[in-house]
Amino acid sequence: MRTVIFRSIAPFLTSLMVLFSIFVLLRGHNEPGGGFIGGLIAASALAIYGIACGVAAVRRAIYFHPMALSAFGLFMATVAGVLSVFASVPFMSGLWTYPVIFGVELALSSVLVFDVGVYLVVVGAIGSIALGLEEGDRD
Amino acid sequence: MEPLFAVLVGALFTVAFYLFLSKHIIRILMGAAILSNGVNLLIFTAGRVTREVPPVIGHDADVLSASAANPLPQALILTAIVIAFSFFAFLLVLGFRTFQKLETDRSDEMRLAEPVSEPSPPVGY
Amino acid sequence: MAVPSTPLEDLSVAYLMEPVAAADWLIPAPVVWCLLVGSVLVMLRKRTALQPLIAIPSLMVLVFITLGLLWHVAVNGTVTMTMGRWLPPFGISFTVDLLSAFFAATSSLVALAAGIYGRSDVDDSSRRYGFYPFLLLIMAGILGAFLTGDIFNLYVWFEVLLISSFGLLVLGSRPVQLDGAVKYAFLNLIATTLFLVATGYLYGLFGTLNMADIAIKASELRGAAPLMTLVTLFLLAFAMKAAAFPVNFWLPASYHTPRIVVSAMFAGLLTKVGIYALLRILGMLFPVERQELSFLIALAAAFTMILGVMGALAQNDIRRAMGFLVISGIGVMMAGLALGSPAGLSGAILYAAHSMVVMTALYFAVGISARLGSSFKLTEAGGLYARNAAVAGLTLVLFLSVAGLPPFSGFWPKIMLVKASLDVGAWWLAGAILMTGLLTTIAVGRIWALAYWRPAPEAADGAGETPDPMDTQPLSFGATAALGGLVVITIAAGVWPEPVMALAQEAARGLLDPSAYVQSVFPVEASQ
Repeated sequence: MRTVIFRSIAPFLTSLMVLFSIFVLLRGHNEPGGGFIGGLIAASALAIYGIACGVAAVRRAIYFHPMALSAFGLFMATVAGVLSVFASVPFMSGLWTYPVIFGVELALSSVLVFDVGVYLVVVGAIGSIALGLEEGDRD
Repeated sequence: MEPLFAVLVGALFTVAFYLFLSKHIIRILMGAAILSNGVNLLIFTAGRVTREVPPVIGHDADVLSASAANPLPQALILTAIVIAFSFFAFLLVLGFRTFQKLETDRSDEMRLAEPVSEPSPPVGY
Repeated sequence: MAVPSTPLEDLSVAYLMEPVAAADWLIPAPVVWCLLVGSVLVMLRKRTALQPLIAIPSLMVLVFITLGLLWHVAVNGTVTMTMGRWLPPFGISFTVDLLSAFFAATSSLVALAAGIYGRSDVDDSSRRYGFYPFLLLIMAGILGAFLTGDIFNLYVWFEVLLISSFGLLVLGSRPVQLDGAVKYAFLNLIATTLFLVATGYLYGLFGTLNMADIAIKASELRGAAPLMTLVTLFLLAFAMKAAAFPVNFWLPASYHTPRIVVSAMFAGLLTKVGIYALLRILGMLFPVERQELSFLIALAAAFTMILGVMGALAQNDIRRAMGFLVISGIGVMMAGLALGSPAGLSGAILYAAHSMVVMTALYFAVGISARLGSSFKLTEAGGLYARNAAVAGLTLVLFLSVAGLPPFSGFWPKIMLVKASLDVGAWWLAGAILMTGLLTTIAVGRIWALAYWRPAPEAADGAGETPDPMDTQPLSFGATAALGGLVVITIAAGVWPEPVMALAQEAARGLLDPSAYVQSVFPVEASQ
């Protein structure tokens, strides 16, 4: 699989896919998309990069161990649920805030935090399985 | 539609249970994968099969239209698929590792944990 | 399409809820706490020295949280928190009654003991592969299963605990562990899939997954829907999880293979989650169908306890004998479920709590015996009393407790169950329970006589396989303290049983009359 064409294209393809995965993640609240599917897209981006340039390059590129990413996602998702303690509403209630930054109203919510958490869990878990299998291939 | 789905679910279950009867770990694993698909179809059918109106609330409405599909079974199935997928991945790795270490994938040859020639406990001392 | 039980206009009430009292945060707190600490520990998985320093205090906090929850429930009755302001039956509710809170508190005590014992029982590489993170995550699964009030959510927690238990089971990945893990993993996967099948049918029949809602609707649907099929499926799935005869074979095949502390956790907690689910779903939601099936359950119970203890009698490996004793205890609990009377259910609840503590402690004792230089094989073991009389004494207490002899905690639930079975004229079930007690006394008495009392056999070395270095390291204070703490609990509950008995009886009343449970989930409808 390590042809010149694939190796030259893979970094661009990967960055495009990661960008697209973030787009899918962010549009997820009101339209099809969300953390889970975004995470899957990002994990497949990592898998493509791994096939083209080797697992070591992917591990260098994401810096953190995939399991640590996954754990951080779980932490974030749980914290997003706990935030509702400050609003005296039940666990996991969606909380919204609308700050205006540079004249644009931004809709931020604890739901988004939760979704980013899910995204990281999926990227980490699926990514570590994919990287593990790709490493096993080369032994 | 439901009778057709019921037959299909039954067929998937039959195949899965037939595969479970095999001694080879890999076939049992296939059986588990097919069984989980059968169960997903079962949940889908149990949530009632309706015409293809997606359960999405439009911009001009506050509630779902009455003819929309039931979204809950879909959420349940999505959860079940994710779980079944992760289990399948884990069991595949586990089965492969076991095959490498024990050099067999026949369940009746895996006697390390339950040795055949285990002596009886002493009756006195 | 299932008819929603609440008219749509009522949904606006969801946004006019009263603010949640701070005490109600105790309801999701055990699970949330385990998830938070567990995820932090995964991130720190390379800092193996730091992990127990975080995990053990966190488990102590968990014990305080669950004891607080038990106190809250005992004072205020059943409490509910429905996630994310989605009104029940649509949202996922965590509903905690006395049964849930009692089991949650007992299981977190056991987890704390396991955390302390694990400090000296797992090496650095097992810690790096996640002993402490998995310990916290499996506790999230177990506590989630105890606390949730939604059947599909129960399934999800079952899977959480199952996947963490896989991780714990293969820590170290010796060949024998892989062998045990394959059997454990496949049979448990089939059991949870059966549970999912039953859940699918349940949803098809009821159009709801909320347990309180099901409890309301079950009486209306009775006679109009194939509830017997459904309940039998649930019985099969949970009996498999609880390792009841004839679907118990995964347990003795796998429980002796991992590290002792992992076996201890599993023996104490995992099968009890199956028992909890049986009590909750058969005992509370479908009492009429349970009554229909009671003879079948009683038969399975009698076979489970007698064959379990006979398996224990036949084993040369002490760890495997303990696995069979776990099965035998499951039979005693199933007997209480089969009876279904207040006395029967409270006996089953009390026995489950007793079994959580004592089975965990028994595995600790077996692990400690190996560390004192004895062997897991009865043919080679011996001389433990001469080496350490205190530990031998603690172990004898546990052995007598598991056999159901006074004055230890196993005695009272067995008395309750024998009396309850005689009350309904099931003399054979009472006989089976007493017979099990006798056979258990023989089985554990022989282990104590051979491994502890008799002098160490001379130079049997080199005969068996070389033991794991972690199995033979010197005894540490933490391990003895974990064992001693659990032994103190079993003695205390045996000598002064009134509080726990009252708790179990109150919990059984809550199961038999779920009106408080329903009212806690649907306060609006109940007040109309």
